Order: sequence, then C-alpha cells, then structure tokens
Amino acid sequence: MKAILTVIGKDNVGIIAGVSSKLAELDVNILDVTQTIMNGYFTMMMILDLSGATDSFGEIKKTLTDKGTELGVQIKIQREEIFTSMHSL
Amino acid sequence: METSQILETIRMIEEEKLDIRTITMGISLLDCIDGDGKKAREKIYNKITRQAEHLVKTGEAIENEFGIPIIHKRISVTPIALVAGASQDENYASFAQTLDKAAKTTGVNFVGGFSALVQKGYSVGDRRLIQSIPEALATTELVCSSVNVGSTRSGINMDAVKQMGQIVKQTAERTADQQGLGCAKLVIFANAVEDNPFMAGAFHGVGEEDCVINVGVSGPGVVKRALEKVKGQPFDVVAETIKKIAFKITRMGQLVGHEASTRLGVPFGIVDLSLAPTPAVGDSVAHILEEMGLESVGTHGTTAALALLNDAVKKGGVMACSHVGGLSGAFIPVSEDAGMIHAVERGALNLEKLEAMTAVCSVGLDMIAIPGDTPAETISAMIADEAAIGVINNKTTAVRVIPAPGKAVGETVEFGGLLGHAPIMNVNRKSSADFIARGGRIPAPIHSFKN
Repeated sequence: MKAILTVIGKDNVGIIAGVSSKLAELDVNILDVTQTIMNGYFTMMMILDLSGATDSFGEIKKTLTDKGTELGVQIKIQREEIFTSMHSL
Repeated sequence: METSQILETIRMIEEEKLDIRTITMGISLLDCIDGDGKKAREKIYNKITRQAEHLVKTGEAIENEFGIPIIHKRISVTPIALVAGASQDENYASFAQTLDKAAKTTGVNFVGGFSALVQKGYSVGDRRLIQSIPEALATTELVCSSVNVGSTRSGINMDAVKQMGQIVKQTAERTADQQGLGCAKLVIFANAVEDNPFMAGAFHGVGEEDCVINVGVSGPGVVKRALEKVKGQPFDVVAETIKKIAFKITRMGQLVGHEASTRLGVPFGIVDLSLAPTPAVGDSVAHILEEMGLESVGTHGTTAALALLNDAVKKGGVMACSHVGGLSGAFIPVSEDAGMIHAVERGALNLEKLEAMTAVCSVGLDMIAIPGDTPAETISAMIADEAAIGVINNKTTAVRVIPAPGKAVGETVEFGGLLGHAPIMNVNRKSSADFIARGGRIPAPIHSFKN
C-alpha cells in the first residue's frame, strides 16, 4: 500500500531526521521526497511504501501524529488513492 | 503526483470542509414480509443488523486511512408500507421502533424508509403507515419517514396531499417538547427517487438490489472558494469552474463508495453528487450564490444563479463516477445553511422565492420553520404547489416544513447538530381550505406541446 505523508509546520532543526528515522523504525520505505519552505512554513511531502510495515495503518498514523507533536509540526498520512483519484483519470 | 495537487486536496478537506456526507446502505426488506407482524419485525431486525453489522466500522476505517471525513453512516430500507402491508397490524409505529432499535444496534446515524408511495392511490398498508407517522416519529430517534404523493407519470394524489398536511401538524404536536423536531424527519415527495442516500427522504426502492452501497458527497465550501478566484468573470467561466470542482468532489465519492462496497462485499450503487450545506461556517450553498454577485440570496437573480449551479454540479459530476443517482444537485435547506438563515433574518428571503428556487434546485422546500398555528390545509397547499412544480417539470420536489408549536414569525427554533436553527418564516394567511377539501387526483401532465 502506498501512502502520502505531509509534514507542515514551523521550520526547525531535525524535522526530516526525526520523521525519516521514525519511518525506518516502522519499516516504512520512502519512495520520494519533496521539501520546501512555503509562505514561511516548512512543507514536506513523502510518498511511502507501507508493504514492509508490520503495524496497521491506524497504528502507523498514531505513531507519526505523536512524532509530529514532539517535533512541533503537523504530520498527516493518507492513502495515495485519495490524491490520484481526485487529480487523474 | 504534484505537490500543489496534494496540498489542494488537503486544503479542500481541512479548510473548505469537503466531506463524504454519508455512506448509506440500502437494504431490501421484501424477504421479511410476514403475515404475523411480530415475526416480520423480528426478520427486519435480524436482516438489518446482519447486513449493516460492519457498516460503521468500515466507514470509520476508510475515514482514517484516506483522511476524508465521512460524516454519517446510514441505512435505507424498502418502504415499510410494502413490508408491513401483509400483516394484520393496524398501527405500524412498532415497525418504526424496530428500525430504531436496529439502527442503534448497528451504530448508524439514521435509518430511512418508514415510507409509503401513494402517487396514484392508497393500499391498505399505505393508509396504515401514514396514520402511524406521528406516533412513529415521536417514539423513535433515528427513523426518517417519507411519502410520495405525486409523479410525472401519474399526477398528484390530492387525497394524500390533504392528509399529509394533517400528518405534518400532528407530528409537530406529538414532538412539541422538541419544537416539532419530528417534522424534520418527515419528507413529502413528488417524483421520489429510489436510490437517494440523503435523509430524511432515503428509502430503498423495489427496483434495487438486495443490498447496495450509495454515497452522498458534499462540499459547498469548496465551490465557494473556487468561485472566489474568478470574481467578475462571465458565467461561462463560472460554469466551467463549478464543473471542474464538482468533478473533483465526485471523484472522492466514487473512491469511498468503491472502497466501502469492496470491503463490505456489497454492490456499489450510485454517487449522489449533492451540495449539501451544514450550519457550519464555510459550508453554505447560499454563500455560493452570493459569490456569483448577489448581495443576498433571495434577491432577484437567485433563481438563475441556482439553476446554473445545480446544472454545473451535475455536469461536472457525471463523468467522475460510474453511476450517478439520488438527488444530485444543490440542496437549499434553510435551517441547515448559515447563509439561508442570515438571508431570512434580514428579510431578503421569503417562502415565495424559495418556492421559485425549488423549480431549479435538486429537491424542494426544505427545513423551513413556519408558525405553529399554520392550518393543516395551508401546509397541504404548499405540498400541492411543490408537487405541481415537480410533476410538470419532471423533477423531484419535496416539502419538509416544521410548524413549530407555539412559535410565531420573529422567533427561532433550535434543532442542533446538522439540522441547525431556523427563523420562523411568514406564511400567506389567506385560506386554501376549500381547494384542499376537494381531494381526488390532479391528472398526469401531457408530455407534448411543451412551453
């Protein structure tokens, strides 16, 4: 299963490191990353492959949300289809 | 996948309140018919709780994984008049109580289908069901009721129109302690559709499969925001913008419906691509019309604006999903739409203009509070007017009015939640009693010589 991770918040040291090390712990593979500063906000998007992960989607979501709180950013994870179905035929 | 597209989707959900309004499971109860009412109710309870056992859980899982809110999970059933008709019971309120119990067991928000189809005439079951409506709605919480009193093919059953005025009044009186809330769960239709996932008018038509998943999408806020970007531009641009955004909204409905149907092992019926407002800020159909350049919804030009909106929503949505159905278009309930409420409060929107708007919106006079002392005949006459608009123009129309007990123009009723609050609207005080007393049937319209 592929998912899109979005991280939005105030820029700080160690956001990418924090997020990606947590993903590694969860056995989630990162397929693509884009990151920019948009209107002064740190904005990162990752395409993830969850097929190797043992935790359920709900558990992964909870772990990442908690990590986001710790890093002071908002982390969302949603299945890829919600974006592809809206923007492509 | 482009970053801007990902952010657009997230913004639509978070800021513009794009949501899946409902996943509605339609369940046929035709195989629950029994000569013994008690046995029939047992079968109904068992079938609903079996079929919909995982509905709420599945809806929540989809919501969680895709990150799109699914506001309601609902059930619609075969019109109970057809199911209960075989039993010897005189009062069908107990059937409504069974539906209520089944709804609570499965955890859904509403169950629709305490319904009768009497567009041409009454069967014994229809008569008993309609008489049971006030008690049924007063003794249940989650049951919704609807009665179809007219169709383009068969005309308008004026006996039913007359009776429904009285039933609306009785329902209000039976639920007077909740300001007539029972009436918010009662819709009187012309040209009712069989696959509507929206309440209070949902029922599972006899032409449908045994069990089916229908989805209703919403998102007036998304349309409003898109129109903000084309301020002052010609209507060609407005229509194109609405079509594009309706396409995107409907794609969400298709995805969620497909996913729910696969997980539940139930066929996927239709997506109803309706713009259904809620009282929340930024979730108003009225504000879309105002964004087109009207100072207030209700002023001259409102009908044209609504016609464009309703049509563009359908056009944008049809290509986005495999089957479109239900009511598809723009709803214009008063109490559920912050912009409509505001327009009534500042005297810009009246019942007559709302009636004109129903000729081009997706349904009809919806969630309108009227004075508690409005005569039953006047309510019947409103139903007749709406039915006439629907029957002649080949569209679904409906009436859901609340004659709020003890309340007069200038006061407000508060229903809470998605039902919102409603200022009491002025009703024409001239009598329609002799007109309604006639009864009988208004013949079906001719389908040629259209003008």
